[in-house]
Amino acid sequence: MGILDKEFSDGNIVITKVEDLFNWARLSSIWQLGFGLACCAIEMMATSASHYDFDRFGVIPRNTPRQADAIIISGTVTLKMATRIKRLYEQMPEPKYIISMGSCANCGGPYWNHGYHVLKGVDRVIPVDVYVPGCPPRPEALLEGLLKLQEKIRHESLTKKQA
Amino acid sequence: MALKTETMILNMGPQHPSTHGVLRLELELEGELIVDVKPHIGYLHRCFEKHAEAMTYPQVIPYTDRMDYLASMYNNFGYVLAVEKLLGIEVPERVEYIRVIMGELQRIASHLVAIGTYGLDIGAFTPFLYCFRDREKILNLFEITCGARLLYNYMWVGGLSHDIHPDFVRLTKDFIKEFRPTIKELNDLLSYNKIFIERTANIGILPLATAINYGVTGPSLRGSGLAFDLRKEEPYSIYDRFDFDVPVGQGLMGTVGDCWDRYYVRVLEMEQSLRIIEQAIDKIPDGDVHSAIPRRIKPPVGTVYQRVENPRGELGYFIISDGSTNPFRVKVRAPSFVNLEVLGELCKGHLVADVIAILGSIDIVLGEVDR
Amino acid sequence: MKTPDEIFDILKNNFNDDVIGIEKEQPTEPIIFVNPSAINKVCLFLRDNEELKFDSLMNLSGVDDANGEKVKDNDGSEIIKGGTLSVYYHLYSIKYKHKITLKTSTSREEPRVESVESVWKTANWHEREAYDMFGIIFNNHPDLRRILMPYDWEAGYPLRKDYKNPEFYQGMKVPY
Repeated sequence: MGILDKEFSDGNIVITKVEDLFNWARLSSIWQLGFGLACCAIEMMATSASHYDFDRFGVIPRNTPRQADAIIISGTVTLKMATRIKRLYEQMPEPKYIISMGSCANCGGPYWNHGYHVLKGVDRVIPVDVYVPGCPPRPEALLEGLLKLQEKIRHESLTKKQA
Repeated sequence: MALKTETMILNMGPQHPSTHGVLRLELELEGELIVDVKPHIGYLHRCFEKHAEAMTYPQVIPYTDRMDYLASMYNNFGYVLAVEKLLGIEVPERVEYIRVIMGELQRIASHLVAIGTYGLDIGAFTPFLYCFRDREKILNLFEITCGARLLYNYMWVGGLSHDIHPDFVRLTKDFIKEFRPTIKELNDLLSYNKIFIERTANIGILPLATAINYGVTGPSLRGSGLAFDLRKEEPYSIYDRFDFDVPVGQGLMGTVGDCWDRYYVRVLEMEQSLRIIEQAIDKIPDGDVHSAIPRRIKPPVGTVYQRVENPRGELGYFIISDGSTNPFRVKVRAPSFVNLEVLGELCKGHLVADVIAILGSIDIVLGEVDR
Repeated sequence: MKTPDEIFDILKNNFNDDVIGIEKEQPTEPIIFVNPSAINKVCLFLRDNEELKFDSLMNLSGVDDANGEKVKDNDGSEIIKGGTLSVYYHLYSIKYKHKITLKTSTSREEPRVESVESVWKTANWHEREAYDMFGIIFNNHPDLRRILMPYDWEAGYPLRKDYKNPEFYQGMKVPY
């Protein structure tokens, strides 16, 4: 395994803050809820597939909200779906994070004006951590959004209530 | 006194990994057996038809992209053909050839997703990765042409948004050379896999008469043994110039019209699409792809119904024009919407686990079911 | 293979007044007008007749003709009074490869059309959609509920030309 083998073989001690350790553990294995809505879900699938490989950031789709840390709202949220999304969000254990992927989830996207059945932004029902713009965002953009989320988790405090 | 039993209602979706989006199924069960399936749709209803009435004719094209987001090129194709028919304009040869090539590449890409996710539903993870690897190559071809990976807005009324890249012909030929052997690989890996066959053969048999009465089209209809393909039946664009076969289900692993047949028709269709691209790629004539684009699109009063063979079946656009710059009414006959209706018929008497296999074999896209 | 004129003649001979006329002014395909209360009988005939064999319904679409009188509502928005709603049927025969378009019009205030669900199962969801979007009631439909919009949607039929979107649905703000 290379250099790390020697570093830890003699029962070495690593000194760090509990907060940093927790945050590091959390940000390195963000399990997302395997949940697709619309066009962006295809890009999300492409991100998990062979070319872009979401796994290398520790992102693995879980099929139940009860074992998920993050939810990627990938696509248009309709009024019929909004109540269900809220319920899924409420079923997730704390701490939980939300990435809003694509213009539709951010603000209604191309459906903002005449979409009589489209919720104009998922942040009207659940709080969002990271917004990823694009219609649809490229997989690279989603990866960037994930890195931003990791950055956010890295600076979280366990004691102070987050904003 | 005989004991009475009650059926159980089980809810599946809208968040479920195998419903391919936000479909909700209400299953009525007697033990493990399905008594009835009621699909509840509309969780992705994005008001396409209302938008179409509020936009001008060219402005509608990006919204057609977002209906069947796995086959955006083909949605564009159908819409522009309908408007061109209404306007009565001819498009240059070069445009026709490029459209056909793009359409067939899109068909392969769409089938790859269908096959990959079908394997995923049944429990085979590796074919999914293989399929997405090959799909990325097609998306790269689209990307050098129009800059977008998924939603292209590529075909315009009377022409195309961009001409093809100088390298496009060479790269497409490379792709065909690379891709053809992987179909065989896919067959070895998935199609003739014992577990896969056990899960799909003799499951969800769709008799031909039922299929026609329910209006099922596309690979699902051809899986039941009828060689009905609109590219052959009423050739639009320049499909009459190419030589290709229409694969049908033959019941190789079980009965004609079962899940395996529907699946295998898609595999065979990819080969036929490659043949069409091979014939077309060398014959692309010179010309300007923008020359026939009208400056102002204001069709005469009238109606048009234009249908094309989308990867999922018959995609129809019904447009009413009142003579203004906006369509008066656009109705989309979405293949997934119609094909999904037959699900209840197919699932009756099967086990719960088979619902996944049957649903995957119909290959629906919820964006198109709900529009 | 039969031309629309021949099909119209056959229908006229069999159904007399219920088949109203044929319009050929269209730039693309001719349309046969049918009485809404007889559409199911006409369709059954079209499907079962040996010479016609229209075995598949390609498309069924509701249309708001918006040909009524436009009046101002109390709050100043425009609504349409009177006029008609229409339903278009696009039929195709896989056996003979001919096509025909039927149209039936019904009043906007009480839109009632006979269901063709018993003729082609395809019509089931299409008719539900037309009901959902335009409020056209299909008599003898087995399961006429909303299909795309939520079941508890109370703000009317979205694709009517004078539709007004509500401000809130279940506490969620609808407009941008």
